[in-house]
Amino acid sequence: MAGAAAVLSGCVTAGGDDPAEQATGAVTEDNPLGVPEGADLEVVMFDGGYGQEYTQHAVTLYEERHPDATVTHEGLQKVGEVLQPRFVSGEPPDVVDNTGAGRLDIAALAEAGQLTDLAELLDAPSLDDPAVKVRDLLLPGVVADGTLDGTPYFLNYSYVAWGIWYSRSLFESKGWTVPETWDDMLALCGEIKDAGIAPWTWQGKFPEYMMDPLQSLAAKAGGLDLVYAVDNLEADAWRQDGMLAAADAIHRLVTGGHILEGSEGLSHTEAQNAWCNGEAAFLPCGSWIEGEQQGVTPEGFDMAMAAVPALSGADALPYGAVQGSSSESFLVPAQAANPRGGLEYLRCLFSGEVARGFAESAKAMPVVKGATEGLELSSGLASVAAALEAAGDGVFGYKYRTWYPELAVEVDTATGELLAGRTDPEQWSDRIQAAADAVAADDSVAKYER
Amino acid sequence: MRHGKYRFLIGALAPPLLLYGVFVVSPYAQAFSLALTDWDGLSAEAGFVGLSNFADLWGDKLFLAALRNNGFMILVVPTATIALALFFSACLTLGGGTRRRGVRGSGLYRIVYFFPQLLSVAILGVLFQFVYTPGNGLLNGLLGAVGLGGLERAWLADPASALPAVTAVMIWSAVGFYVVLFTAAMESVPVDVVEAAVLDGAGRFTVFRRITLPLVWDSVQVAYVYLGILALDGFALVQIMTVGPGGPDNATEVIGLTLYRSAFTYGEFGYASAMGVTLFFITLTLTALALRATKRERVELA
Repeated sequence: MAGAAAVLSGCVTAGGDDPAEQATGAVTEDNPLGVPEGADLEVVMFDGGYGQEYTQHAVTLYEERHPDATVTHEGLQKVGEVLQPRFVSGEPPDVVDNTGAGRLDIAALAEAGQLTDLAELLDAPSLDDPAVKVRDLLLPGVVADGTLDGTPYFLNYSYVAWGIWYSRSLFESKGWTVPETWDDMLALCGEIKDAGIAPWTWQGKFPEYMMDPLQSLAAKAGGLDLVYAVDNLEADAWRQDGMLAAADAIHRLVTGGHILEGSEGLSHTEAQNAWCNGEAAFLPCGSWIEGEQQGVTPEGFDMAMAAVPALSGADALPYGAVQGSSSESFLVPAQAANPRGGLEYLRCLFSGEVARGFAESAKAMPVVKGATEGLELSSGLASVAAALEAAGDGVFGYKYRTWYPELAVEVDTATGELLAGRTDPEQWSDRIQAAADAVAADDSVAKYER
Repeated sequence: MRHGKYRFLIGALAPPLLLYGVFVVSPYAQAFSLALTDWDGLSAEAGFVGLSNFADLWGDKLFLAALRNNGFMILVVPTATIALALFFSACLTLGGGTRRRGVRGSGLYRIVYFFPQLLSVAILGVLFQFVYTPGNGLLNGLLGAVGLGGLERAWLADPASALPAVTAVMIWSAVGFYVVLFTAAMESVPVDVVEAAVLDGAGRFTVFRRITLPLVWDSVQVAYVYLGILALDGFALVQIMTVGPGGPDNATEVIGLTLYRSAFTYGEFGYASAMGVTLFFITLTLTALALRATKRERVELA
């Protein structure tokens, strides 16, 4: 048995030797990160909804600064499947955009020592203004989003806000105003129903979509203490008053018959199309929906995002607070052949010039400050920018979904049951609490704290 | 010439054995050893954890739900598919009269039955999602049109109907192939045996039960094993069609999905390999049982 153990605890596959000696060049004003002269760069990007124009744009900037380097840029849909064997064998590319359904588990990568500490990049002078560090160019929360156990390992590019979406033109023509409290929401739902439209629909096949307004209500009621308690897997975190009240608020949509019939069986496309066709007034979603529905949205629909209403008059966070977080995770593998070049590429990517191009081509908010200033924004993106502006520091986000995917699966299952009317808020919270307790007690799951 | 013969044999056998060894046997062997580790799928090292992955399986709610659902499918899919396929192929070969003639247009039916076999599982999943769409889906529309509006529901979003709905798609897509298989087997039943039975006064049903079925039993046995393996899978349909996927309330969780999620979402490749190994032994056991249970005396037709 001992012999077998020795074999098994050895290498899973060939390769996986220690990281190669890092190639470094001279550090100069023009080359603050010490990129070696003439070293090639390999960039592997996720080819998704935001397109590849902005990552190509950064390649152009990189080539201008390092004319001797040959840059290879590749776009992939399933980043994980292609890169997993390369990470295991110690031959990863120099920069990776680890995004999409087939992405690699970043926490696992960090734990396996596969990621480069990005602190040096964050403290390097930015491309726009050498007096400003890259760190100071980023929106609040971006560095924190990419930090695991105190080390910044990845940087996200796109800023996403979650809220409740509606059609400005529909609301104007009916004389409805977007409610700022949940009581007003329920009252308006009655009015909308009387007008022959379903007040709400949602992407039932993926209950995560409805969990966003639910946990936003909870965060507003209980403040960041509630959010941290949930993320830190504290005892009874899911039974806090704010959490139960939020579940009850969402459950009232079900008991009041305010949800388009059959929504619990609709895919995200079906539900979003139903909303675009005017079958329902409200839809929960993140700020990517405008791009996603581009081909389907009727002329003059004017979609806009509103912050989730306040749960009660005694909320800990103001009405304007929104759930926001960054996505599109860029990282530099620790075993890359040219990690200095990888950091330099990210310095180009996180510049004002590339970010402005991103806002225009991808119709999404980049994480670089002031990048959308002076641009003419579409209806949805303008509403998102306004919501983030109004929220100010009141932007919150949960971490449990990335830290503990096992818990997220149970949360989604329970939320699906709540929205289908088969469980009540009490059972919902008991069920999730049990799953959270199980994760907390499981030694094989790496734990994080905030 | 003897040496030449062996050289030829070795030359002919080596390439396929090598391919089989590299692409089939070695991954299996790797899965068995990974099942005893806590490999996360990303690091080059993996720690040995003994049989604890297998012990954890029995406390895993999702895995147990998956076992239950695959159990349901293995009870229903082979039996229902074989029954339907036997019925259709009997109609195609015997339905037209006691002599060996099928119902009118049986040539056309034979082609039509085979159509579902030509569609990939992904397309099937997407198509049937439209069939089951709540509200104005094809199935609900049909029920409403024939006055059974009371039965309308969100098929894939109701824990009571989700698994049967997926199972029905599985059966629908499999029947065609086995109709073709059984029809070919039935056509090889000698005419004189059937005619003798008919002269003795046997009706169509008796001919089927006493003559045809025993003579095609080998095919049925093979079908049972194949369908059993199909029923233990179901991953693609569940992944594409169902709420969650695997829902609602884990009602359509299958072993393949639990395994996939453990490996690619949670990064627990060692644990996922343990599931794979367990599934391997379940399949092996069920195959052996099925072959034994359906064993009958072979009919020799000289």
